[in-house]
Amino acid sequence: MSEANRERSTDFEPRIIGFLCRWCAYPGADLAGSSRIKYPPNLVPIRVMCSGRVDPTFVIKALADGADGVLIAGCHPPADCHYQSGNIKAMRRYPLLMRTLEQFGIEKERVRLEWVSASEGAKFAQVVTEMTEAIRQLGPLGWGKDAVA
Amino acid sequence: MSAKPKVAFYWCASCGGCEETVVDLNADVLKVVEAVDIVLWPVALDFKRKDIEAMADGEIAVSFINGAVRLSEQEEWVELLRKKSGLVVAFGSCAHLGGIPGLGNVTNREQIFERKYTTVPTIDNPGRTFPQEAVAVDGYELELPSFYDTVKTLDQTIDVDYYLPGCPPPSNLVWDAVIAILEGKLPDKGAVLAPNKALCDTCSRNETKPEEFIIHEFKRVATSTPDPEECFLAQGYICLGPATRSGCGERCINGNMPCRGCFGPSDGVVDQGAKVLSGIASILESTDAAEIEATLGEVVDPLGTFYRFSLPSSLLGRVRIGG
Repeated sequence: MSEANRERSTDFEPRIIGFLCRWCAYPGADLAGSSRIKYPPNLVPIRVMCSGRVDPTFVIKALADGADGVLIAGCHPPADCHYQSGNIKAMRRYPLLMRTLEQFGIEKERVRLEWVSASEGAKFAQVVTEMTEAIRQLGPLGWGKDAVA
Repeated sequence: MSAKPKVAFYWCASCGGCEETVVDLNADVLKVVEAVDIVLWPVALDFKRKDIEAMADGEIAVSFINGAVRLSEQEEWVELLRKKSGLVVAFGSCAHLGGIPGLGNVTNREQIFERKYTTVPTIDNPGRTFPQEAVAVDGYELELPSFYDTVKTLDQTIDVDYYLPGCPPPSNLVWDAVIAILEGKLPDKGAVLAPNKALCDTCSRNETKPEEFIIHEFKRVATSTPDPEECFLAQGYICLGPATRSGCGERCINGNMPCRGCFGPSDGVVDQGAKVLSGIASILESTDAAEIEATLGEVVDPLGTFYRFSLPSSLLGRVRIGG
């Protein structure tokens, strides 16, 4: 990880992929923007229909392809989901995904599941800020580069 | 004799089970021998590397290569066979996906050597002697192959034309593949020579699968015995059937063991482990975050369970060490 250390000490900007549900988290992110809340520009949002649509494959592919972190954000459980139980599916997958990623040697701060309603622009901004700073401390994931032991 | 197509069998990091499946063709193996010339088969016949090196490029009609690639010697051999062969078939789970030897990707060369040559209780090695790649003995320079940190699949090493899945591939699929090759009736390059449906689709227990799964605990075959008729998942046993290709003949299911995923994913599934993980977690009963986490905590070794046969071929490929 010598390269990672070097990058950490200079201008490492984390690249975070955000899978945001179309009904709650994405409008929440939109609200953060239209409310002119400042937060780091490190998250690339990908709008999905539901947090339940986020296959763990998406998260793993993002990390394998160079993302430093992944945020999954959806409607508050239990009952906010537009599809009734998609967020519950996400909630069930997340702990098992995290345990698996931990075995792969990926730090838990890099992947986060959050519930953000359409009215929670401030919360969205806060989550992105926290994630960006936590991952900045960890340094780049650099999968494919540093991962090969 | 020279008019018969030439066929090679080779093994890399494997257990020998794939060789067994060729022998399991029984009397049919004689028909294969009648139709082709076997020019290389280390488990059974005495041919050397120089015999293959002496052949013209493309002279071998098809090479069936089993085992994952973890040594420089294996890499050299498969590169040689690629050059000399018209077709290369990745034979069995290890060549196809990495297989059980691929689980070596949770560690690396240093850790494996440390374990194998110093810390195993049955070893006594106070001088910390490790295998060397080159050593001089009585004026002779002796060499051993290099041992790689990362286990690779065959297609991460050389170009592969077809895949025969399974640990080991069942004889009927091997036979079908041999016939297809002899008759020139092969599918598009890159195809897996097995059905494309998920195992659940052909599983004899499919009828006992409930309309909606409700799992509130995970069980293990190590600590309890599954009902011999009912769907394993419905009982709470982790079964990789939903994300695994069919065609295996359900040997495990018939032995009252849940599917472990040796056939790999069906077409369209990018990462077998992630897909299984997704499916298994989704069918829990609970809607309470803490309860869900506790139940999922009962899954022992998620990586080893979901990626048992496919770690090297998965998106992440290996575990990150010293990150």
